[in-house]
Amino acid sequence: MKELKIDANDMDYRELNEKIHEVLDENKDLEKLVLENVLGQRFIGNGISRKDLTMIVNGVPGGDLGMFMKGPKVVVNGNADHAPGNTMDEGFVVIHGSSGDVTGHSMRGGKVYVQGNVGYRSGIHMKEYKYKFPVLVIGGAAKDFLGEYMAGGIILNLNMDQEDTEKIEGRMIATGIHGGVIYIRGIVESSQLGIAADIKEFTEEDIEKIKPYIEEFCAEFGYSNEVKEKLINSKYTKIAPISSRPFQKLYTPDLR
Amino acid sequence: MIPSTVPPKYKVFVDPERCMLCERCTTECSWGVYRRQGNKILTYPNRCGACLRCVSNCPRDAITVTLNQSCGREHPVWTPEVKQDVVTQAKSGCILLSGMGNAKEYPIYFDKIVLDACQVTNPSIDPLREPMELRTYVGKKPEKLEFEYVEEEIDGKKVKKAKLETKIAPNIKLNTPIMIGHMSYGALSLNAHKAMAKAVKECGTFMGTGEGGLHRDLYGYSDSIITQVASGRFGVNSEYLNKGAAIEIKIGQGAKPGIGGHLPGEKVSAEVSMTRMIPQGSDAISPAPHHDIYSIEDLAQLIRSLKEATRWKMPVFVKISAVHNVAAIANGIATSDADAVVIDGFKGGTGAAPKVFRDNVGIPIEVAIAAVDDRLREQGNRHKISIIASGGIRNSADVFKSIALGADAVYIGTAAMVAMGCTVCGRCYTGQCAWGIATQKPELVKRLEVDDAARRVANLIHAWTHEIQELLGAAGINSIESLRGNRDRLRGVGLSEIELNTLGIKQAGM
Ligand code: SF4
Ligand code: SF4
Repeated sequence: MKELKIDANDMDYRELNEKIHEVLDENKDLEKLVLENVLGQRFIGNGISRKDLTMIVNGVPGGDLGMFMKGPKVVVNGNADHAPGNTMDEGFVVIHGSSGDVTGHSMRGGKVYVQGNVGYRSGIHMKEYKYKFPVLVIGGAAKDFLGEYMAGGIILNLNMDQEDTEKIEGRMIATGIHGGVIYIRGIVESSQLGIAADIKEFTEEDIEKIKPYIEEFCAEFGYSNEVKEKLINSKYTKIAPISSRPFQKLYTPDLR
Repeated sequence: MIPSTVPPKYKVFVDPERCMLCERCTTECSWGVYRRQGNKILTYPNRCGACLRCVSNCPRDAITVTLNQSCGREHPVWTPEVKQDVVTQAKSGCILLSGMGNAKEYPIYFDKIVLDACQVTNPSIDPLREPMELRTYVGKKPEKLEFEYVEEEIDGKKVKKAKLETKIAPNIKLNTPIMIGHMSYGALSLNAHKAMAKAVKECGTFMGTGEGGLHRDLYGYSDSIITQVASGRFGVNSEYLNKGAAIEIKIGQGAKPGIGGHLPGEKVSAEVSMTRMIPQGSDAISPAPHHDIYSIEDLAQLIRSLKEATRWKMPVFVKISAVHNVAAIANGIATSDADAVVIDGFKGGTGAAPKVFRDNVGIPIEVAIAAVDDRLREQGNRHKISIIASGGIRNSADVFKSIALGADAVYIGTAAMVAMGCTVCGRCYTGQCAWGIATQKPELVKRLEVDDAARRVANLIHAWTHEIQELLGAAGINSIESLRGNRDRLRGVGLSEIELNTLGIKQAGM
């Protein structure tokens, strides 16, 4: 396996990202790129269109990690700042830590897995189209406004630090949702939802749907079989849109 | 049902003497105004919006559409329109939608500004024999140019050679300062988009994609395209971003400052859904703010992320609507790595806006340009950013005046649509446009003939360009660069002192 390393120590974000582009352009067969000493540099992986590439980020990447990215897998050994996976097209972002606000913003495909917590407005305006199906899995807790204006894909919030019978914190969940689905482990009350969102019955089918993501999550972060089984057999609250046309009735149908 | 107490706005009359019962009007009218019954064409005038498709297509000139005069009691305040709105909302309890730009009679400052011309002391220039430079570069300009001088030996002689040290930021090159602004595929038909793309390519200028992504059929025009990124991020991926010559972030729009966009599910056809990358028939909602922008610093971050995605090869514009603190906002944008600020005035058109916004929110573009240009100059930031003015540019004089007030270039929207056949009936939001412009219905879309519409739009831009050359010549100037912010070429007529001051122009006679 071809592997290369870049030491990001003291590098400005533009310098680092340009370096990444150069290395990738020169090494079309590169399979693994390790970034050492990353400290707040933004836009890592931005717009990179490449399959069969893994980027290891050792440190704390800055905002918009993997924005517009298409294809690569990015593994962060550390926390990430805001908006990892912003408007991402395809690819896999794995964060061994927590991430900031708007995680998975407008993601249109690919996956973002966060082991810890995520900030406010995560999964906002995720959308899907045919085979493009974005997935956001959150191991810890999510702050308010999760999945606002969600238009497609799936958000799975595992709340691993809590029992599945506990009431989950979080307000204004899924305001304006008009596509996709959110599964939250634990109890969410309808008063915690925003306009246009609805709590639906969690069925056998739903378990089948989330199972592969739980399995993959546990494999990525090295959780035991026991933990995995516990997560699969937990109680979830399913949140989905009331309609794909939430604001249809807001405007007068009369001709003017 | 509550009956409507307001009579129809228009009267539709089919002259039975002239009508030959060909039934063309029944098919041409997409609103269902006409129906044949026996040997007669019946009309339902309450459905008519005066788009005049029927009038233009009646082979016998049998149709007349006039304003309906029998409107009950006349009242200067409670006009038929005011009453109609109240009745409609009383029936539905909903927000009124409307298309096109502000329809109220606010003063049009362009029409109270006159241009200066040369006489004897400073002679005018004849554009027929002198070159007139209309070429415009939109983007950052360097504050100053720095050179490095290297000594070289050529044929035994030591020669000093200059090498440009200053890095020039990417600009887009326009042959005329007129571009077509952002109107999305989805709001407009594919044929309308194709026609505009053809026209701007021919004219050496640009068109915006709007927030609906870029249909694959337009990929061939990428050198003439400015892609837009709005809060809904529809159709935005790195391929799309790299398919244009510049990128525009839409923050606000003149027709509806402070609110987002909303393409109703009915207009999200299979092709539109593919281009926007959302399921067919679902609403396409762009919320009011970008979710990742809550400050000028966040905006700077988005600008930089777009530059990263395109490896700093493209200029990034930011579009805002003209509001009272537009100068401060534009100045912030100038310091945030953006290359141009687009200011959209409140006369700007739209496919759909709440009527209350369209008619009441925002400020005129003329004052906004002047305010922004002033502030940027005061702060020493004018070179960092180009100004593109839009929203209510109706003719070449408006273009000329915009540039003299401080803009680098303008966007036109409604004017290009009128060139294609739009009659400004203002019903674009219904998706029923009888002219095939603001619709996705295949049978209506095909009414717009691409080559013909492209010809008309290109002709319009050519014609205005000629007129601008003539106006420049008359002002004794031979390049558009010398007109920019040259407010001494403008005089106000019928404006108050405070208006003159805000516009930064003198009273006529002074
Ligand atoms: S809406 Fe247009 S096509 Fe229909 S009757 Fe009126 S003018 Fe004619
Ligand atoms: S685009 Fe069509 S519907 Fe809209 S104003 Fe023009 S003619 Fe009317």
